[in-house]
Amino acid sequence: VSIVETRVLLRHATDPKLKTIDGYRSYGGYRTLEKAYDEMEPDTIVDTLEESGLRGRGGAGFSMGKKVSFLPHGNETKYLCCNADESEPGAFKDRELMQRNPHQLIEGIVIASYAAGISHAFIFIRGEYDRQADILDDAVAEAYEAGYLGRNILGSNHNLELTVHRGAGAYICGEETALLDALEGKRGNPRLKPPFPAVQGLYGGPTLINNVETLSNVSHIVANGADWFRSFGTEQSPGTKVVSISGRVKRPGNYEVELGVKLRDLIYGLAGGPLDGHEIKAFYPGGSSSPVLTPAELDLPYSFEAMAEAKSMLGSGSIIVADDSISIPHMALRTARFYRHESCGKCTPCREGTNWTVKMLERVVRG
Amino acid sequence: MDPFSPSDDFEMPGLPVDVANTTGRDALGEPEQIPELSDVNCPDGLRESIEASMAKYPDHKSASIPALWAVQRLYGWCTPEGITQAAAVMKVTPAYLESVASFYDLFRLEPSGEAQVLVCTNISCWMRGGDELLDAFCEAAGADRGEAGHGGALSADGKVMVSGFECLGACDLAPMVSVNERYYGPLAPEDAETVISQLKDGGEVLPEKALAARPLPGGDQESDDERVTSTKGPNQ
Repeated sequence: VSIVETRVLLRHATDPKLKTIDGYRSYGGYRTLEKAYDEMEPDTIVDTLEESGLRGRGGAGFSMGKKVSFLPHGNETKYLCCNADESEPGAFKDRELMQRNPHQLIEGIVIASYAAGISHAFIFIRGEYDRQADILDDAVAEAYEAGYLGRNILGSNHNLELTVHRGAGAYICGEETALLDALEGKRGNPRLKPPFPAVQGLYGGPTLINNVETLSNVSHIVANGADWFRSFGTEQSPGTKVVSISGRVKRPGNYEVELGVKLRDLIYGLAGGPLDGHEIKAFYPGGSSSPVLTPAELDLPYSFEAMAEAKSMLGSGSIIVADDSISIPHMALRTARFYRHESCGKCTPCREGTNWTVKMLERVVRG
Repeated sequence: MDPFSPSDDFEMPGLPVDVANTTGRDALGEPEQIPELSDVNCPDGLRESIEASMAKYPDHKSASIPALWAVQRLYGWCTPEGITQAAAVMKVTPAYLESVASFYDLFRLEPSGEAQVLVCTNISCWMRGGDELLDAFCEAAGADRGEAGHGGALSADGKVMVSGFECLGACDLAPMVSVNERYYGPLAPEDAETVISQLKDGGEVLPEKALAARPLPGGDQESDDERVTSTKGPNQ
């Protein structure tokens, strides 16, 4: 099987100078932001995002443009939180995007904030990603220096502060309302919804929460238009996706492809297939909380709708491959132990249920 | 009358949220007080770092995680004295900060040596030998394997902490470790001894296995897709 990646977000990502503002600009970076402030109305940008059909890349796959349009239009203080907590087992694409191209994310955050009238944005990055957080700190400082952040950006009346906030190790903080509590300086317990963050989020204000990869797409869409974006991927899953492939494959790593490519092309073509002498037994198609699929489903297209139809999910786009050396009950037990460890303990079904799942699986494994 | 609705003259008890959040050390005792900065002998560097964090947020309490990071970086772990100092700067009770610290796996509430090795044992690393790697690190460091799997164990000389850990977000490096907050992998069990001795000598750890040195798995092959090459956005 032969397949090439379609690198939009990861284009030039092997060039180490892309991390710096000069390197990013040498490839056309921040020109879209300048154009947006010069000649685009915030509402036009929101419309373009909505028409593009960009779906959240963090797990739920909700329309990004719709999320923006849910924010109130008034003058109240609104916030943006970029969810960089990436802690679903199997997911490591945001790490790659932040480490190799931090300014692509910052440009997306500034444009989205301009479009939604947001004055303070945060990047909530998991504490384990210390090196990536350092890279973001440097990039944010460069962006302030260049006038892309701060007061009266590029002579407009839009002000935007951007704060990089390091977490400290808790899976649950990837859940958006737990993330808000952690950002407010509390234990990261999820909140009851409603109210939804778009109405009442950070510090009680309307809050837009988007994943790193989602926001990294924004400047590309605004520069090239919704139709350009829709020329990639499928009707219901437009665009490209950075897919993290790991487990028992020859070449684990991040690959950027159009949504809708065959799973077989991803797992065999790009990741090299199973290790020599082994066969694939099962795989998680969208991180460790997605129901596993089997080799019989390898010819399905990798899209939000096809994964949902197969009764699983695309999630954050993380494929974990198990081969014939892996015992499925052990794999289930390992996964269940993770969820037991990471349960924040607030709600009974999870606090008690994860414990019982582990106990039951331990009995199964013992025979 | 609807029996589930409160009567008209019902008033919600005024919960003093901050106090409710910050007592609890002794359920029947006096609420813990916010320490005075002049009483806690807080080093200037720590105070300045916490104040700088507080200034970055609309609500200064948001700085509790950055403040705990500052304490941990200064003292090696979140010492009770350090937490009290941070609490005095932030004007919250030490119990409040302690309640936050105890929620997050990366904050250490006990002495944890000069170097920390977190060994991922989650699904992808487990499939590639993560448990065996943790065994090897415990053996190389002389750390208790049972404890290492439940929150961390110190090496025999107290210098290195080894801890099994949940997914660190680097399944492409499986099996992998985080050594002093930098990622390395894939490692073989034999590498454990090298890493431990490099740490004890104060040397650089396995530079050729660092995440920073790792290329994209697909190499630097760029797509010649016209939609990509003709982009008007970034990454032209």
